[in-house]
Amino acid sequence: MPVRFVAKNMRLDLRLIAGMIAPGARVLDIGCGDGSLIDHLYRTHGCDARGLELDMAEVTRAVAHGLPVMQGDADTDLAQYPDGAFDFVVLSRTLQAVERPREVLRQMLRIGTHALVSFPNFGHWKVRWQLLWSGRMPMTAVWSRPWHETPNIHPCTIRDFFVLCAEEGYTVEEWLAVDEAGQRGAWRRAASLANVFGEQALFKLTGR
Amino acid sequence: MLAGIMDQPEFPQVPQHAAFADGLTLECGTHLARLVVAYRTYGTLNAARSNAILICHALTGDQYVAETHPLTGKPGWWEAVVGPGKPIDTDRYFVICSNVIGGCLGSSGPASPRDDESGRPWGPDFPPITIADMVRAQKRLVEHLGIDRLFAVIGGSMGGMQVLQWAALYPASVFAAVPIATAAWHSAQNIAFNEVGRQSIFADPDWQAGRYGETDAMPARGLAVARMVAHITYLSEEALTRKFGRRQRSGPVGANALFGDMFEVESYLRHQGSTFVNRFDANSYLTITRACDYFDLAAEHGGDLSAAFAGTRTRFCLISFSSDWLYPTAESRTIARALNRAAANVSFVEIASDKGHDAFLLDEPDFHRTLAGFLAGCAEHAGLAA
Repeated sequence: MPVRFVAKNMRLDLRLIAGMIAPGARVLDIGCGDGSLIDHLYRTHGCDARGLELDMAEVTRAVAHGLPVMQGDADTDLAQYPDGAFDFVVLSRTLQAVERPREVLRQMLRIGTHALVSFPNFGHWKVRWQLLWSGRMPMTAVWSRPWHETPNIHPCTIRDFFVLCAEEGYTVEEWLAVDEAGQRGAWRRAASLANVFGEQALFKLTGR
Repeated sequence: MLAGIMDQPEFPQVPQHAAFADGLTLECGTHLARLVVAYRTYGTLNAARSNAILICHALTGDQYVAETHPLTGKPGWWEAVVGPGKPIDTDRYFVICSNVIGGCLGSSGPASPRDDESGRPWGPDFPPITIADMVRAQKRLVEHLGIDRLFAVIGGSMGGMQVLQWAALYPASVFAAVPIATAAWHSAQNIAFNEVGRQSIFADPDWQAGRYGETDAMPARGLAVARMVAHITYLSEEALTRKFGRRQRSGPVGANALFGDMFEVESYLRHQGSTFVNRFDANSYLTITRACDYFDLAAEHGGDLSAAFAGTRTRFCLISFSSDWLYPTAESRTIARALNRAAANVSFVEIASDKGHDAFLLDEPDFHRTLAGFLAGCAEHAGLAA
């Protein structure tokens, strides 16, 4: 029998994302990995959830678990989907790794009503402190690979993301920031504080 | 006496088949007055008739998918995949496989008797058929077996083309579709290789413009060369190198010095060619390769492949193999993208393998896991009991 994933073992940001998705919704998860979110959404929310994943080994694992996942690239394959094909399009911890983040967001909000985007916050105080103090590229639990090896070619801060949304005319319906343990501190409602203390950010957007 | 009968080859003169007296009108406009579809089934159809899987065979395959072949005595061509406990589990699913029309193992084809009273075989006068004709004949069989909706249609290579055609022609009758190592059309390169095969048959003096059946001759040499060429396209360079490299062995007695020793790959291809002619008819080979060459699903839909699948609710799983250069991954990706444009439910995996196009017939654990998992997921969505 295929291995099934239970919510408590799911990555924190995926649990938070699942909490923002309406039952029965049509969902595309970009960079879905082994498909744990789409499996969870199907089982607990009755969603028609599908996945797109770059890494073939992950795709094979997901499909072998009976999940509808296709191998593809967020930078090139989103253009193939028709307008409004999904209620929610999810991009978790992948925005910073795509070649053209702005275009990927545009595509997400073309093919979906809502975009759910999570990313690690490059404005976190540990990152700032390391760069200021050592003068070298930061290495933290979240930003764990050296600059020459990291797939994260487009890191951004929470404020950067707010600016991009404003420039593109997207409405931020909901947002939240958490530390790595998933705690939302007293800073959680102020973007300027979240930009210092939040390690992960999650945005729910609608298009123009 | 009994022993004498037992010594005979066990191939039944008339394999298990369904005959349709109202015939079939082909895409070319010709009406086949009598349609015969030879088939085999495995497993048990459930009471709801909801667990049927149709397997579509490739160019030179046949209906003997999971049992000893009556002519060659070899295991069924997909025993690695179909059987009790296998990825296509005959303990769970009712599996149907029929010989394509145009074929030579019992279904209507060039070797079948004509529609007239003469009883002579069609030979080269058998009308040209298409992949869609093959599928329409299969649909008749499936209805004859009392099945409205197939749980899945699965096939590799030319079988995958039939799967795509099924999904396009009868979307409501296909819950899940698995086109494997295939393409939505034949490329110029595909057609080119087929043409070399056909020309080698035409060049055989025994071909006699296709009327070899009337003289009891058979263009064995030409058909064998056609098979040799085709067989190269089924393997990757890496697989050939691994299996044969540049190893040599003594050539046939009496060969001149230039061919005193032969490469093992030559010997292998000759063997493939010479065994093939014992089980395949040259006119069938011509008919079926032509059907593949004519296949272009997008062209049938105004040049837009996604239009072939507009509004489909079928769940698709496309599988390609990394070293397949006959139907490369790019062809599967083209289909996957067309399905995306139709907002279809698509899974798409490229299996890493160095075995070339033939990988879909071989022991490829990742492929088998993917297929089994996809079917299990679909069974859950279809409400099939485990």
